[in-house]
Amino acid sequence: MVEIMEETSGVTADSLIEFTEEEAELPSRHHWLIEILIQLVVTKPLGAVGLALVLLLVVMGVAAPLLTYSDPTVLHDGAQLIAPGAEYFFGTDQLGRDIYSRIVYGARLSLLFGIAATFLGLSFATLVGTLSAFIGGKFDTVVQRFVDAMMSFPYLITMLVVMALLGPGTLNIIFAFAIASFAPSSRVVRSAVLSIRGSQYILAARATGCTQKSIILTHVLPNVTAPLLIMASQGVGGAILAEATLSFLGFGIPPPAPSWGRMLSSDGLSHMLNGPWLAIFPGIAISIAVFGFNMFGDAMRDLLDPKLVGGIGRL
Amino acid sequence: MRRYFLNRILLIFPTILIVSFLVFAISRLIPGDVVELMANQQGYGFDAQEVRELLGLDLPVHAQYYEYMKGIITEGYLGHSLWSGASISEELVGRIPVSAQLGLMALFFTMLMGIPIGVISALKQDAALDYTLRSYAILGLSVPYFWTAILFLTFGAIWFQWMPPMQFIPFTEAPWESIKQMLTPAILMSLSLAAGIMRMTRTMMLEVMREDYIRTARSKGLGYWTVVFRHALKNALIPIITIIGMQLTLLVAGTMIMESIFSLPGMGRYLFHAITQRDYPAIQGVTLIICTVIVTMNVIIDLTYGFLDPRIRYS
Repeated sequence: MVEIMEETSGVTADSLIEFTEEEAELPSRHHWLIEILIQLVVTKPLGAVGLALVLLLVVMGVAAPLLTYSDPTVLHDGAQLIAPGAEYFFGTDQLGRDIYSRIVYGARLSLLFGIAATFLGLSFATLVGTLSAFIGGKFDTVVQRFVDAMMSFPYLITMLVVMALLGPGTLNIIFAFAIASFAPSSRVVRSAVLSIRGSQYILAARATGCTQKSIILTHVLPNVTAPLLIMASQGVGGAILAEATLSFLGFGIPPPAPSWGRMLSSDGLSHMLNGPWLAIFPGIAISIAVFGFNMFGDAMRDLLDPKLVGGIGRL
Repeated sequence: MRRYFLNRILLIFPTILIVSFLVFAISRLIPGDVVELMANQQGYGFDAQEVRELLGLDLPVHAQYYEYMKGIITEGYLGHSLWSGASISEELVGRIPVSAQLGLMALFFTMLMGIPIGVISALKQDAALDYTLRSYAILGLSVPYFWTAILFLTFGAIWFQWMPPMQFIPFTEAPWESIKQMLTPAILMSLSLAAGIMRMTRTMMLEVMREDYIRTARSKGLGYWTVVFRHALKNALIPIITIIGMQLTLLVAGTMIMESIFSLPGMGRYLFHAITQRDYPAIQGVTLIICTVIVTMNVIIDLTYGFLDPRIRYS
């Protein structure tokens, strides 16, 4: 508020007159998403670092074949547990696989998982949250009690149980993450929908004879975009971490896929004593990915939701 | 005030009822081909039909749920493990104290680190110390604790020939030795969990320290630290405790992961084993216990709000 008042009070009548017609034209506006990214780089240094790390991951994931000199799953004969050096940048593991290649290809895996799982989870959340708020009444009460109950399941246990039911497989982990993570976000969607459900233009749409479906699709959902975008940018880091944790425990993406979490798995502990580099590089990769997405997500939240600036996430 | 406490406590039951229903649904959701696998691979029965009978799936749904709940409520009976044939309740009675001890120790260290660090960081806002502590918090949120645990085990063994003790010491036999044994996993886990608490504490303290009543307290001659602890921290505690409540599920997940890394005979190892062996009754038992604990802990947290803030109690 204070800033706005200062700005307006600084504008005097004189300064307005000095604009020629050309100058008075508004600067060409980019798409709002690009505007936000520009703001992010300018005003949020940590968020910009996060964005840079995310872009690094994207480059690693997309250009993995160009950046590596070896297939991530190939077993190099007689090159087991070689220390990092000129031949194998990050060394090799007990089976003779090149760790550098596995890390780079692992970025592709983590990124695809993170995005797909977050997307599916938020789709569930949108479906449940929107319907619960829009239909309301008893339906809402019952659904919300189930959401309550879901929130008391630790995400790890929900994922493990879903995996135990569906069996191993990449698609199944994506689904398991979506089930485990949708409950809290569905609350956010629900409250966003509730806040506009009673508004005049929904009433107007109803009066002009729009069907429920078209009201939800054309009037309600666009209003949920901002919270969804915030949750998406904050969720990917958590999804990557969840996959790493599950793979670490041996229930994640099945081998030989180069999952960072599985590379750290405690089954390999005896090998790590002979080759400590086995324990180092995958952990750094996970930390950088999670750090990047967390910082990027926090900054996006600050920019997209002015109400939250200085809130829980401020650092 | 009594009504407030009673209301909160009564709210446990509907949630636990829904939790029990969700847990019960697990065995109903086992796909048919998995039942085949349970008979052929695990040898839980002669054929799929026998496995279904073992799981009680041959009865109508409402009868199954009734039997399941009757067993739990009247005699605390959670069924028999398909893998070992032992009673799940009896198995868990020995394991719950192990997980509880590790979880409580981790919670203790989380608060011991998170709250004071957050307070110091807020009091020294924008000083070098503040930046150092905030960097630690960012690290703690990004670095997975299973990685720090693996690093600790690997380099502890390489540099200091340190190994976690193989023999588990129960608390009832030698309390001090038992606490010492769990010190490492508890502290490693709390290094990560404390980061979230620290961020919240810092934000809240910054807000509260700017309030008028803090200035009043200082100007009437109260000592600096008296004001910080008695006036500021006490009022900042509610959101901090909320965050602790939200982290309970993370704490439980972390406890299970640390148990598996440090070979502690708690519920985590039991659950992971049950999942590899498709031992659904055991999976259901562990899930039900954990969710009940989390629901109860959340109610306890609700009750502490009432103690901390009389306005909540009387409204």
